[in-house]
Amino acid sequence: MAFSEGKFTTKDIAEKPDLFLSGHRACAGCASATVLRLIMKATRGPTIVTNATGCMEVASTIYPYTSWAAPWLHTAFETAGANASGIETALKILRKKGRIKDEQVDVIAFAGDGGTFDIGIQALSGAVERGHDFLYVLYDNEAYMNTGIQRSGGTPLGAFTTTSQAGSAVPGKLENKKPIADIMVAHDMPYVATAAPYYWKDLIVKARKGIEVNGPAFLHVFAPCPRGWRSDPAKSIELSRLAVETCIFPLWEAVNGEYQLSTPSKVIALAPQKKKPVKEYLQVQGRFRHLFTPKYEKIIDEIQRLTDERWNRLLKRCGMTPPAKTA
Amino acid sequence: MKSAVKQEVLGLNGDEAVAYAAKQSDIDVVAAYPITPQTIIVEKLSEYVANGEVNTEFMCTESEHSAMAACLSASATGARTFTASASAGLALMHEMLFVTSGCRAPVVMAVANRALSAPLNIHGDHSDTMAERDSGWIQIYAENAQEVYDSIFQAFRIGEHLDVQLPVIVGLDGFTLSHTLENVQVLPDDIVKKFVGIRQLPTVLTHEGKTVPYRLDPSNPMTMGPVAMPNYYFEFKRQQEEAMRNALKVIQQVHEEYAQLSGRRYGDGLLEQYRLEDAEIVVVCLGSTGGTVKTVIEELRAEGVKAGLLRIRAFRPFPVEGIVKALGKAKAVAVMDRSMSFGGNGGAVCSEVRHALYDVQFHPYVADYIYGLGGRDTSPSQIRKIYEDLRKIVQTKHVDEPIKYVGLRE
Repeated sequence: MAFSEGKFTTKDIAEKPDLFLSGHRACAGCASATVLRLIMKATRGPTIVTNATGCMEVASTIYPYTSWAAPWLHTAFETAGANASGIETALKILRKKGRIKDEQVDVIAFAGDGGTFDIGIQALSGAVERGHDFLYVLYDNEAYMNTGIQRSGGTPLGAFTTTSQAGSAVPGKLENKKPIADIMVAHDMPYVATAAPYYWKDLIVKARKGIEVNGPAFLHVFAPCPRGWRSDPAKSIELSRLAVETCIFPLWEAVNGEYQLSTPSKVIALAPQKKKPVKEYLQVQGRFRHLFTPKYEKIIDEIQRLTDERWNRLLKRCGMTPPAKTA
Repeated sequence: MKSAVKQEVLGLNGDEAVAYAAKQSDIDVVAAYPITPQTIIVEKLSEYVANGEVNTEFMCTESEHSAMAACLSASATGARTFTASASAGLALMHEMLFVTSGCRAPVVMAVANRALSAPLNIHGDHSDTMAERDSGWIQIYAENAQEVYDSIFQAFRIGEHLDVQLPVIVGLDGFTLSHTLENVQVLPDDIVKKFVGIRQLPTVLTHEGKTVPYRLDPSNPMTMGPVAMPNYYFEFKRQQEEAMRNALKVIQQVHEEYAQLSGRRYGDGLLEQYRLEDAEIVVVCLGSTGGTVKTVIEELRAEGVKAGLLRIRAFRPFPVEGIVKALGKAKAVAVMDRSMSFGGNGGAVCSEVRHALYDVQFHPYVADYIYGLGGRDTSPSQIRKIYEDLRKIVQTKHVDEPIKYVGLRE
């Protein structure tokens, strides 16, 4: 694969005209909006975008306004994969028949965690199985934020949402997050990666790889949501860094199924003392506030245990040795 | 009526007639999912693709929901798109049917009409498409495999017409039409190609003030399928209704143009009238039942009974004017409904026909006959019984039972 890694300089990115424009109605501190803007900086040429129903669709296209300087289509909540399939297939045949310009047009699908982990997984899985050439970007704010913070398959253990409430009997969400990116790797697809907006260059390079790769690519992007996470709107990007540093959201790529850690997570793998406790990440978010009470504090240990378990499994997949168990 | 072109006669069932017509329609993208009784359509299309007989991208999606989403997206990209479905498959598409018509994507879909579960039943009735009558799709019901074949071409021309820009369903009765072999006259490929042409796109004014074709095009970026708040949504819906009104005229125009070409005519394209000029008692129905009714009418006419048929070919848009004209002078009308509207005031077809006749000063008596659910056969003798009922209604000037069930164990 010929990747454009390293081609991006800050100057390149700054000078490239935006395709996701300001004026949208995303909340203050919304990381998803930043993610979209950065990813649209990664395009290599003519691009068509499709968006599942969700925060970004609603915030960017309230008629008669639009934030999109690229052609953009929304059809429904669970259809991002099917939309990309239809667009890519139409482009292929129309080009073949000489009805449109004979040029490469890339297709990017954006969907949130609800539209990906839950209602849209079937269409996504089908599109990947059929091998359409497109980049699917999951902007993961870990709940149905557009409808007002309801739990999704992407909501982590212990988090408060309006449908996984924390009360005297139940400590927030009882189940852990679905390992969606691993599920996509299991599709035997050519490119899967995780990214976080704090590591913006890593994010852009991965998006570009996903665009350039022949066939389907899946990018799981961590996108803190101050409204839903009850966190400081000024700290969204910092939170995405903490998620990586605590190994709650490690950064990696799987090229043709071969896992490899990306630099920010590799640094932690090589120097385990740099791995921060999950507590540091949890304590700055109101959605985990109830865990810092005597009744539920054991759940923090459980989150730490699950995080370590997933991290160690990832290290093995990347051909690295997990640290020996202490105590 | 003589045709201007030489036509070949092929032995095709309704599904094969759909596939053959689709093959000749220069379709760009097919996205579909198999379901009885339409499966032969997608199998045939797959065969055409495998043999290189068509220049079409054929996508087997993992569900009907995705099939419709993919058709809509391909259509938004500028492609002529086609799919086929039935029953549960159409029901699964329900959400996307509204999105497709709302996005004004002229997707054409053949529906091999089939009953809805539960209990599971694969046989013919109109429950599936009647449940979608408010989804913003044009609905055309065919009487036989020949009409199925002819209607597919017309569907593309109607849906893609610049004054319409709406998706179109062509309904064919499951098994009765989909799986029954008939002689079908087919037009030569080049003649059809000329008739359907290449999909023309309407032009729209972009935010940059440019007039460009309405499609997803990186040179002229456009936002399609946005959010519309209460301040705009209503106008979008009103425009869809306007397009449906325009379709009334376009269906007739396209039908007439095709009739000139093929020599085949189905009334005015919206409604087919059979022995209706002087008819006093009239049956109204959709689809293949029309054939049975016509046979019975011939028998009755020989006996001196003034019986007639009004076959509704276009159920959406509903041709109110034509129906009033056709039935206004009848004395009694039996409307045959091949689906239920549970708890409603009769079936969907009867409700609409009766409603259309309300403003006629001396309107006929109207009775509803629910029939043929789940593929139950409807015999000529049962149709004859309906006409007998109508004669009794005329004599007694009274409708005893406004809603009757045909051939049902009570």
